[in-house]
Formats: sequence, C-alpha cells, structure tokens
Amino acid sequence: MFLGVPGKIIEIYNKDDLLMGKIDFGGVFREVCLSYTPEAKIGDYALIHVGFTLNLISEEEAKETLSLLEQISSLDNKKP
Amino acid sequence: MEFFQEFRNLRLVKTLVDEINRITTKPWVIMEICGGQTHAIMQYGIDQLLPPRIELVHGPGCPVCVTSLELIDKSHAIAAQPGVIFASFGDMLRVPGSKNDLFSLRASGSDVRVVYSPLDAVKIAQENPDKQVVFFAIGFETTAPANAMCVLLAKSLNLNNFSLLVSHVRVPPAIDVILSSPYNQVQGILAAGHVCTVMGYWEYLPLSQKYQSPIVVTGFEPLDILQGIYMTVRQLENNQSIVENAYGRVVTQNGNRSAQAVINQVFQTCDRKWRGIGLIENSGWRLKPEFDYYDAEKRFSVEQISPEESTVCIAGLILQGLKKPLQCPAFGIQCTPEHPLGATMVSSEGACSAYYRYQRIDNY
Ligand code: SF4
Repeated sequence: MFLGVPGKIIEIYNKDDLLMGKIDFGGVFREVCLSYTPEAKIGDYALIHVGFTLNLISEEEAKETLSLLEQISSLDNKKP
Repeated sequence: MEFFQEFRNLRLVKTLVDEINRITTKPWVIMEICGGQTHAIMQYGIDQLLPPRIELVHGPGCPVCVTSLELIDKSHAIAAQPGVIFASFGDMLRVPGSKNDLFSLRASGSDVRVVYSPLDAVKIAQENPDKQVVFFAIGFETTAPANAMCVLLAKSLNLNNFSLLVSHVRVPPAIDVILSSPYNQVQGILAAGHVCTVMGYWEYLPLSQKYQSPIVVTGFEPLDILQGIYMTVRQLENNQSIVENAYGRVVTQNGNRSAQAVINQVFQTCDRKWRGIGLIENSGWRLKPEFDYYDAEKRFSVEQISPEESTVCIAGLILQGLKKPLQCPAFGIQCTPEHPLGATMVSSEGACSAYYRYQRIDNY
C-alpha cells in the first residue's frame, strides 16, 4: 500500500487549481497529482506515492547504474 | 516499463551477490529501515542469497506499525461518532487498538472508508457536505507531501467538513534512537529510498559521522537492494562511514524542494510517540497552529484514552532491530494475519507479516 511505484505520465491537465495527470502503471491507469513535479512532460516516468508524483525517474541515471553493474559483471567473468 | 525490468535482471543479481561474497571477510549487521524493503527482501529471497556472515535486521519504517496506540484508539473514538465518515489507508483497518479495530467498527455501522490517496478523502468531503470527513494522516516523509497538499486544497475549496488525524513520523530521529541504544548491533544502514526522494539525504550526514556508520540510500527492486548492501559492505570492510546514494535514478542529495516547501508550510516538527518504542523527540510532524481548524484532535472532543497494549507482542523490539519475528512466542500461533496481536503482523510493510507471508520459519 505504502510502496511508491513507477509509472508513465500519459496526460497532463489542471483540476481544482492542481496540476494533475494520468499515469500508466503497466496497463493500469490512475489519476495523480503532478504538483511536486511541475517539470513533468508526457512520456516521462515518475515515482508515485498515495496519488502524488514524488519525483521524476531519470532514465539516464538508471542506465548509468545498470552499465556500472554490467562492468562489475564483465570483470567477474574475467576472473579465473 | 522496459528499463525498470532490468532492475530485476537475474544475471546482474547473481553478479552482485558474487561481488558481495567476494568482498565480505567479516560478519556484518545491516538494517534496512523501510518495511517495503523488508517485504522485497523476503519476497525475492535476498536474505537467503547473501553470505551467512551478513545479517539483515529490520527497521521501524512501517507507518502503520509505529502509529501509537493512543492515536489508534482515538481514531476509533472519532470513527464511532454519528455523522462522521472516517477515511483511511486500507492497512490501518485491521490494526488492533485496545478494544477493537476499524473493520469491526465498520461492521457495527460506522462509516469507515478505504482510500488510495488523501485526495480521495477531500473528494468525499466535497460530496458529503452534511458529514464530517476525517482522514487518518499516518506515514513518514513520503506521505507528508500528499497530506500537506490536501490541507491546502481543503482550505482553497473552503471545505469546513474536512480534518486530519495526524500521526506523521520522521526517519532520522528514529535512526538516532536505534544507533544510540546500548544494545544496538546495527553497523550499517540502508536508508529508505522514497523517504529520501522527498527529503534528500543531507539529514543523514551527521548521523553517519556521529555513529561511524555507513548509510546508503537504497531503492526497492532486487538490484537496488543488493547494490545498497554491496556499497554498505564495501564501506564496512574499508572502515569507512559515509552517506552514499544507490538510488540515483530517483534520489538527489537535496530531495524534492517543492514538496519540502509545502510540508514546511503546513506542518511543524513535534515530539511523537512510536508504538512499542516510546516517545522520540522531534520525530513527528503536526499541523501548524494556523491550520488548527483542520486538526481532528481539536475538532472532536475525544475523552481521555488509556490504551492497553497486548502483553505478549514484542513488535517494539522488532521495529528497533533488537529482535526478529520468529523470536516472538506468539508468532504464527496466537498471532496471524487473520488474528493479529500487533500491527507488524497486519501491515504490508510489517516484518511479522513478511515472515509469515514468505514463510521464513524453517531457517531460524
Ligand atoms: S508475531 Fe504478532 S505478537 Fe509477535 S511481535 Fe509480531 S505482531 Fe506482535
């Protein structure tokens, strides 16, 4: 219940003076408040918790982390 | 969702496990703060993949579990009043108070509703102008931005039938209590990635220095958790104690400034009682005086409550990492998710519930 989950922003609009959006959670759709990520664009991934985006997810950082892990992995394979 | 799936990549999981094995030369005790991480660790069997010399102990990061019995009893007293719609996150409904729980109140006629977001509670208030709508605002720093925003929203909508029963808690003071205990065994900490998404991790720098303990901001996917453990072990083995970030795709050092600004606009820090642990100074948030109007404790006169805690439940020790669920004599016998004696058996973030659900019985 309390776990924040990633989702993709597919719509952005205003409601009751709040910046709102529609999020695709892998095929399940929900309306959430985007007020804390005013820089959000359609197609961005965000971390959502109890109906609010807490931050956008950086694809670049994600790829960097994964490539770091890949490096460890290839080092590992070279070990005798 | 492609690139998130990669954080469950089995080959990389194996690589990290091998690396952790390779660098571990001594026994280490590491605490994951967040109950969401405890569940992920059990669900993916991460504890069983690690070298036996690394012990994971479970922290207090379960908002449902640490909400004080006084406040739970208060929630029941308010929910039982006529003309009240009591809105809460679902996990709260089964949490035992001194006498009963919100489920049984609902069964006996109280209007208790489960909501996904506090925004839903505001909507219920708009749709029911003749009822008083009370939202049980529990949670850590992750939930505070949502709850704070709803107070501002209720104000701008001129809602006079909406209030919050606030039970907000903050992580850093709890870490301070855990690491300063004379019984403390914890040597390194996995900080809760989503709390840090909001708050950043600057608050952890003095804690890490004071207790010479590595603190690594950690996410929730298997690779995130393993990376957090890897970085913590690497520091411990090298006799280092700094704050590192293993969840860079979401967390920055300063956190989400606009969320922090709204929290600071609506809430102020206060001392807060944690269930099973006791009073921790400055460990909570309460509404600022200018938002008293939205404070359910002020709106509803609730008679003096003297709560009675179960005498067998050791959840308080479990939440401080001093005991594990299987050391509780009631675990799985008198206490099950169907008949919980303590909140840690109820919540989807509670350690007892994680052990029960993922059957960590035989490896004790
Ligand atoms: S098993 Fe039940 S009684 Fe024992 S500590 Fe956990 S919640 Fe409390």
